[in-house]
Amino acid sequence: MKQNSIEVKDLTKKFGDFVAVDHISFQVQQGEIFGFLGANGAGKTTAMKMLCGLSFPSSGSAKVVGFDVYKEVDLIKKNIGYMSQKFSLYEDLTIAENIKFYGGIYGLSLSEIQIRKNNLLHKLQLSHQEKTLVRELPWGWKQKLSFSVSMLHNPKIVFLDEPTGGVDPVTRREFWELIYEAAAEDTTIFVTTHYMDEAEYCDRISIMVDGSIRELDSPTQMKQRYQCQSMDDVFLLLARDARRNGD
Amino acid sequence: MKTFWSFVKKESLHILRDPKTLFILLGMPLAQILIFGFALTNEVKNSKLIVVDQSKDAESITLIQKIDASKYFDIHFAEVDPNKIDQLFKASKAKIALIISSGFSGQLLHSHSTSVQIICDASDPNTATAQSNYLSAIIGDYQKSLLSRGSLPMTIKPEVRMLYNPQLKGVYNFVPGVMAMILLLICTLMTSVSIVKEKELGTMEVLLTSPLRPALIIAGKVIPYLVLSMGNISTILLLSYFVFDMPVQGSILLLYFCSFIFILTALILGVLISTITDSQMTAMFISMVGMFLPTIMLSGFMFPIENMPKPLQFVSNIVPAKYYYIMVKNVMIKGLGFAGIYKELAKLFLLMSFFLIMSIRKFKIRLA
Amino acid sequence: MKMLRFLLEKEFHQIRRNPAILRMMFIMPIIQLIVLPFAANYEVKDVKLVIVDNDHSSLSRESIQTITASGYFQLVKMASSYNEALGWIESDEADLILEFPNKAEEMLIREDQISIYLAVNAINGMKANIGASYLQQILSKINANVREQWITLPRYLPEPIIEVKKSFWYNRFMDYKLFMVPGILTLLLTMIGSFLASLNIVREKEIGTIEQINVTPIPKGIFIAGKLIPFWLMSQIVLGLGLLVARVIYGIESWPVLAWIYLFNSIYMLAILGLGLFISTITANQQQAVLVSFFFMMVFILMSGLYTSIDAMPYWARLVTMFNPVSYYVELMRMLIIKRSGLHDILPFLWIMILFAIFTLSIAVLNYKKRV
Repeated sequence: MKQNSIEVKDLTKKFGDFVAVDHISFQVQQGEIFGFLGANGAGKTTAMKMLCGLSFPSSGSAKVVGFDVYKEVDLIKKNIGYMSQKFSLYEDLTIAENIKFYGGIYGLSLSEIQIRKNNLLHKLQLSHQEKTLVRELPWGWKQKLSFSVSMLHNPKIVFLDEPTGGVDPVTRREFWELIYEAAAEDTTIFVTTHYMDEAEYCDRISIMVDGSIRELDSPTQMKQRYQCQSMDDVFLLLARDARRNGD
Repeated sequence: MKTFWSFVKKESLHILRDPKTLFILLGMPLAQILIFGFALTNEVKNSKLIVVDQSKDAESITLIQKIDASKYFDIHFAEVDPNKIDQLFKASKAKIALIISSGFSGQLLHSHSTSVQIICDASDPNTATAQSNYLSAIIGDYQKSLLSRGSLPMTIKPEVRMLYNPQLKGVYNFVPGVMAMILLLICTLMTSVSIVKEKELGTMEVLLTSPLRPALIIAGKVIPYLVLSMGNISTILLLSYFVFDMPVQGSILLLYFCSFIFILTALILGVLISTITDSQMTAMFISMVGMFLPTIMLSGFMFPIENMPKPLQFVSNIVPAKYYYIMVKNVMIKGLGFAGIYKELAKLFLLMSFFLIMSIRKFKIRLA
Repeated sequence: MKMLRFLLEKEFHQIRRNPAILRMMFIMPIIQLIVLPFAANYEVKDVKLVIVDNDHSSLSRESIQTITASGYFQLVKMASSYNEALGWIESDEADLILEFPNKAEEMLIREDQISIYLAVNAINGMKANIGASYLQQILSKINANVREQWITLPRYLPEPIIEVKKSFWYNRFMDYKLFMVPGILTLLLTMIGSFLASLNIVREKEIGTIEQINVTPIPKGIFIAGKLIPFWLMSQIVLGLGLLVARVIYGIESWPVLAWIYLFNSIYMLAILGLGLFISTITANQQQAVLVSFFFMMVFILMSGLYTSIDAMPYWARLVTMFNPVSYYVELMRMLIIKRSGLHDILPFLWIMILFAIFTLSIAVLNYKKRV
């Protein structure tokens, strides 16, 4: 039995009267690829931000990598990677400078940064472009780089907030190969997405509607239960009666 | 035209949807007019004075009392060793000193002539001049009062009338000045930044591919700020009327017309800045750091332009705030009509056209 | 501490990549420092005078001659009526009206006393006051002459005279640039520092990179330090360049007090940058940040004591200036560069500025929330 890398119980976030996240509970196992689905405004990003220590929960409990989100947020941060919805690298720095910066603030030594940088660049086939400004890379490449940088300090979990938005199908494929690779090395992947074909790549998925988790299972079981051909149909079925919409 | 107005509406919504910024835009000019209207004055008063009275007789004491009673001086140090004056000046604890040497009243009574010494900390020469003049004037008054015991024949008495501002209030000068400054800087800043922001985000290209002509796009960005600033003018005028007791003496319509032209000039200047910059930061830097001090110093409300060297007087012609300051002063305080401001209005109009032509040229070069 | 190194490296790369800002940061202050001090001449000379002479007597003629010869006044026009003269004031072509009433000389002889009318454009209080007081002084001299010439009293007049001897210390030639150049330099340093600092963090908020920083274990204090140090260093360079301009163009020597200026500037910039970073933490986008910092700059600069006298402000405003860091810097420059005050004199300023720096840096760090 693998240990849980995320344990969430009744986690809630209120903004005034508005309950953005309403008593959600779930567990994610170490090394699992966990898809976190939901329509716009369902509360995915808010939930994810609480787990990353970017936002205080209003109530409920959560443990990430075995650490408490209320008290041990600094320990959590050392052990997680995060890729935000907005682009997270500095466009006015070169690829190498970005890598060095993020490696440095996670406390890696210069020699270690050097080694990991070379591996990373090699894997992404960017070895000859380390002096290129990130601004000049195509969007898909930026996202792949951004993911690799968030993995630079070998985090136990990596949180990805819609990482493949606006990325072409071929590059999305490549992106998911990176994800599989990371999962194979026992990194937990916590990912939100709008692409239902991507949902099929996940070990388990949860579907959030109006702040609460409506369904949580493996894609295959979910399709069986609702007797749908694809995840797309499952999602439409569940999200149809959502009251909240839009950002 | 319909697309144009819907674009204007969209731009206005952008502004309205950001209540924090809107609050700053509407509240800040009011707060500043209030603060500066009450706080600033060109006068030099309450100066910290050192008095060294080595005479200590009836006459010297009367003179000192007279000085202390005036609004221009506060005696901060008395009974000071004259050698300590330097120390006090160096620590900026006082700015001016009066030394009355011993035998003041004796000399006055017997030889009808005596002398006192004024020492100024001239590190700020403007203030030092004013202070020493006020102090000599008080001493002169005292000298005359000695006479009135037996009044002198053939007296020429000057009767002074202070025009427009009998109480010499600072507001009369600073409301027009600060008004010109705030409006200019905020309008320039807001347009330049909001256009450059679209460039930064890449949405400008989307707009340019829309059926709207570039000129209309720019106009759409400018109009909401124009309306906002006219609102600011109204609140400032209400404030000066109710709080500072400073009604508009001339035609209010004329004042609004001048304000309209001035704000338009500032907005077009903002457009010009946006055509030569690529990032919000650069645009802000030019419209704030670049324009702040030149506007304070060259618009005439702090320092008289006629005192400046010729090249600088020439430079002051491209400071739009200069013309607005003069126009507001003339219409609002002096109560002059169109004849009293047409020259400034014409020059401002010329300046605006210049900015407009420049921005159109820059814009075309960019598109080409 | 190791983290700080990487942060600084990143900030410097970013500054280096933005040559437009870098150029402006150095060139703009230099240009303004070269040009603007010449504008600050408040010396009230050449007061523009309109005379209405309804008398046309030898008294009025001689008076006019004495006044125009005094050097303080520039006779713009002889107007034929008060209303005509007022027109000159309205159009700003004159500052002052002097009116000799009809038959002034006759009345002086007959009634032993006459009034002469002065009307001053008082919108600008200082100029009005000084101009009028010059004219009054000259008139009283004229009066004394008149008595001496016309009255056949004994030569020895029983008129007591208090002679006023004036001396102007530290700045014998009354060179206002000595005071303005360092003053403008401090304003420029303040503006550049606070604008750049206030835009910095908020810019990362707008771009989105701040979230990425916030999920890292980097401590708040180190992050703020990393933002602060580059601008702090650059302000020291701008100060050096500014003092060099002051020396080369205006001959203002700051060498003997350079150490004290740098010491103060080091603490001062911490306070200003702290304030800027605080603004950066309370605002959502660059537009808001620049507006808020514009508000502070207006208050700080207009109430700094460089342009208008602080002593002349009402009590509450004087209290406000006690919380205005710029007013201390302007005064300190005046003390060190013109009066050559010593460490003993500036010590209180240093302590106050240390308090300022502690305060602004604390609120900046406390208000920067990695978690909301």
